[in-house]
Amino acid sequence: MAITDIKEFSHLTAADVEALGRELDQIRLDIEDSRGIRDARYIRRVIRVQRALELGGRMALFGSRYRPAWLAGTALLSLSKIIENMELGHNVMHGQWDWMNDPEIHSCSWEWDQTGPSEHWKRAHNYQHHTYTNVVGMDDDLGFGILRMTRDEPWKPINLLQPVANVILAATFEWGIALHDLTAASKLEGSAKGQLNSQANKDFARKIFHQVGKDFVLFPALTGPAWKSTLTANATANLVRNLWAYVVIFCGHFPDGAEKFTVAEFEQETRHEWYLRQMLGSANFNSGKLMGLMSGNLSYQIEHHVFPDLPSNRYPEIAVKMRALCEKFDLPYTTGSLFKQYLLALRTIHKLALPDTWLIATSDRAPETSSELRFRESGFKDAAMAMVEDLRTDPVTGKRVGLLTALKSQARSRMPKRKK
Amino acid sequence: MGLKDWIEAPAASVVPAARSKLNLLRGAAARLTTPLLPDDYLHLANPLWSARELRGRIVEVRPETQDSATIVIKPGWGFDFNYQPGQYIGIGLHVDGRWHWRSYSLTSPPNWENKKISIAVKAMPEGFLSSHLVGGAVPSGTIVRLATPSGNFALPDPPPEKILFITAGSGITPVMGMLRTMNRRGQLPDVMHIHSAPTESDVMFADELTALHAEHEDFVSKVQLTRRDGKFKLSSLDQVCPDWRERQTWACGPLPLLDEIEDVWKAEGIDDRLHMERFAVSRIDAEADGGTVTFEKSGKTITVDGATTLLEAGEKSGALMPFGCRMGICQTCVVPLVSGHAIDLRSGKQHVEGERIQTCISAAAGDCTLDA
Ligand code: FES
Repeated sequence: MAITDIKEFSHLTAADVEALGRELDQIRLDIEDSRGIRDARYIRRVIRVQRALELGGRMALFGSRYRPAWLAGTALLSLSKIIENMELGHNVMHGQWDWMNDPEIHSCSWEWDQTGPSEHWKRAHNYQHHTYTNVVGMDDDLGFGILRMTRDEPWKPINLLQPVANVILAATFEWGIALHDLTAASKLEGSAKGQLNSQANKDFARKIFHQVGKDFVLFPALTGPAWKSTLTANATANLVRNLWAYVVIFCGHFPDGAEKFTVAEFEQETRHEWYLRQMLGSANFNSGKLMGLMSGNLSYQIEHHVFPDLPSNRYPEIAVKMRALCEKFDLPYTTGSLFKQYLLALRTIHKLALPDTWLIATSDRAPETSSELRFRESGFKDAAMAMVEDLRTDPVTGKRVGLLTALKSQARSRMPKRKK
Repeated sequence: MGLKDWIEAPAASVVPAARSKLNLLRGAAARLTTPLLPDDYLHLANPLWSARELRGRIVEVRPETQDSATIVIKPGWGFDFNYQPGQYIGIGLHVDGRWHWRSYSLTSPPNWENKKISIAVKAMPEGFLSSHLVGGAVPSGTIVRLATPSGNFALPDPPPEKILFITAGSGITPVMGMLRTMNRRGQLPDVMHIHSAPTESDVMFADELTALHAEHEDFVSKVQLTRRDGKFKLSSLDQVCPDWRERQTWACGPLPLLDEIEDVWKAEGIDDRLHMERFAVSRIDAEADGGTVTFEKSGKTITVDGATTLLEAGEKSGALMPFGCRMGICQTCVVPLVSGHAIDLRSGKQHVEGERIQTCISAAAGDCTLDA
C-alpha cells in the first residue's frame, strides 16, 4: 500500500514538517522578491531562440529533397518544438511568468504547439496532476490510465501488453496527453461521453484541425515539389518531440524513490505536508544549462512540484537550497543521470506488466512503491510512533536520523554479505 | 462561413473590421504560424508591428513643471486617432521586468496629422509609475503598450457655446486636451477656465494658457495660486463668472473639490450641465481590509472582509468563478482585476488594476471590480 501517513514515512514530527514548510515558504518569498529584469530577459531570449529555430527549420525544409537540408530542417524543427513545449508552453501555462504582467507571455493567453488545446491541458495538468500528485486513484498522470506504475493497482491481464503500450505511448505522446486532457475538460464541462458537440470536443477538434493542417497539409503544400520530404520531416520532428517529452516526464515521476500516496494521506494533509508529498513524489535528473533548457527545467522536477509557478530559470538555485533542506531533515533527494532515471522507470513498466504473484516485493517495500509499513516490518520496532521517536536522533552521535538514513540502513541490511 | 471569413477568422479579433485586406493577409499568415499569430514573429523584428494589442514608442519627454512632464508617443499599428478630447488612455510601461499599467489623460488633439499623441504626467509621491516617467528614467525610444482611449469626460463636437472649466493640479491635463482641440479647429468659444495650483512654478502649461488668453478674447484663464491666495471659493463664482449657471462645466481635480462642486451644482439644480473626472488616488491600503467586490460579467456584488479570498467572495455572491486547486498552484482561477486593488494573501504583495490575479489567494484591498 502506498504511503498513508507521510509524517511517519518521512520520520518527521508535525513540528518538523511545519519547520520544513516554513523554510520552503521563505524560499518562495525570496524568489518572488527577486524576480526582475534578469528573468524577463531570460524568457524573452528563449522565445527569440525558439522562433528563430522554427523559422530556420521551415526555411531549410524548402530544400528538403536534398538529404542534408532535410536533416537540418528536421533537427531545427525538432529543437524548436521541444523548447516550445517544455520551456515555453509548459512553464508559461503554469503561470511562471504571469508576474511580468505581459499579456503575451501569460498563462491565460498562451496556446502551444501540440494537439491538445492549452485550456484542456491546464485543467488536467496544472490542477489535477499538481494538486493530487501521485495520489493513487486521483492523479491520472500515474501511468496515464494506460500503464500500471504501482503495485497498489491490481494487475489485469491487459497489463501484459505494457511494454508495447509504453512504446506506443512514447511515440504518440502528444496525442496521449491530448486525449487525457480532453477527458478532464469534458468532466469539468459535465458533458456525456457520447456527446459529440460538447464544448470540449469542439475545442479539441478545432485545435487538431489547426495543428494537423499546419504540419501535414499547409507546410508540405507550400514547399511544392518538396512536399513529400517536408511531410516526413514534420512527422519526424513531432515524433522526436514526443519521445523527448515522454522521457522527461517519465524521469520526473517514475524512477525508484518517487513515492505514491493513498487517498487517506491526501485527505488529511496540511499545506506543509503537501510540500512534503511533492518532494517525495518527484524525481530529478542531472542537467546542465542546455539540458535544463531542453527539458523545460523539468530536470528539476522536485523544485517544480514544490513551486510550480516560480520561474523555471530559478530552479537551479532553488535546488541548492532544496538539497540543503533535505540534508538537514535527513530526507532523500531523488536524482541521478537521465539514463539511470529512465532505466529505473523502464524497469518498473516491465516489471509491473507481470502479475503480483511473480514479483518478490510487496507494495510496502518495493523499489518503485513503498509505505511507512516498510519500516514497521523491518524489525526496527513494531509500534510506529515509538519508532519515529527513537529513530529521530542517533544515540551515539546525536545526529538527526530520518528517512534517508533509515532507507540506507535497510538497503544495507538487505545486501548479501560479501565473501572475503 | 465563406472561405474569406474562414481565412480571416484568426485575425478577426485583433484588427478593426474595416481593414479587410489586411485581415485577409493576417488570417492567412496565422494559419501558417498556428498556434502563434504572425505578430509573434513580426514584433521580434519591430516591436511596433503588433496587431494583437496597441503599442507605441515614446519619442519625447518634455518637462512641464518641476514634477510633471509631457510624454509624446508615436502609436504603432491599429491606433485610432479619432478619440474625443478629454479622454484618457491606458499605458503600460516595462520596468524591472514587469509591465505596469496606468491611465493618463490625452493632452493632444485628436487626428493630429503627425500621428503622435501626448499625455501629461505629474509625479505623485505614492505613484511609482508617474515618478518613473517624470524622473527621466524612461528614455525616448521606449516601447509602451497602449489601451484604446476611453472615458466619458469628453468634449462634444461641436463644443457648446459657453464653457466653464474648473481644474486643480494635474486635473488640468484632460482640459488642456480639450482647449488644444478647440484651438486647432479654430472654434474656441466662450470659455472660462479656473485653475488652481500651489505656486506659479506648479502651473502646468502656464505659457500656453497665457498665449491662448492673449490670442482669444473669449478665452479667459484665471489661475488661483493657493499658497498665496488661498483656496478658490465656489461662492466667488458669481463674481468671477456671473453666468456660470448657464455654462456646460467640466471639472477635474482632487476628490474633495469635485465633491464640493457636485453639491453646489446639485443644490442649484443644474447638475445635468456638470461633467466630472474623478481620478481615484492610486494608493493601496497596506492591509487587506476587504471592501465591496463587484463581479462585472456576472453582475454580482458583495462586501467582504480582508480574510475572504476573492474566489470565496465570488462564490458566495453567486458569480461564476473558475477554480481548481484553491491553493495558489494551478492558475485556473486567474481573472483580470478591472479596477481597485487586491492583495496576495501569501506574500502580501499588492495588485493594481489591469493585472490578472489568482482569486483563490487574493483578497480585496478596498473596493474592487473583477472581470468575472
Ligand atoms: S484555484 Fe488553483 S491557483 Fe487558484
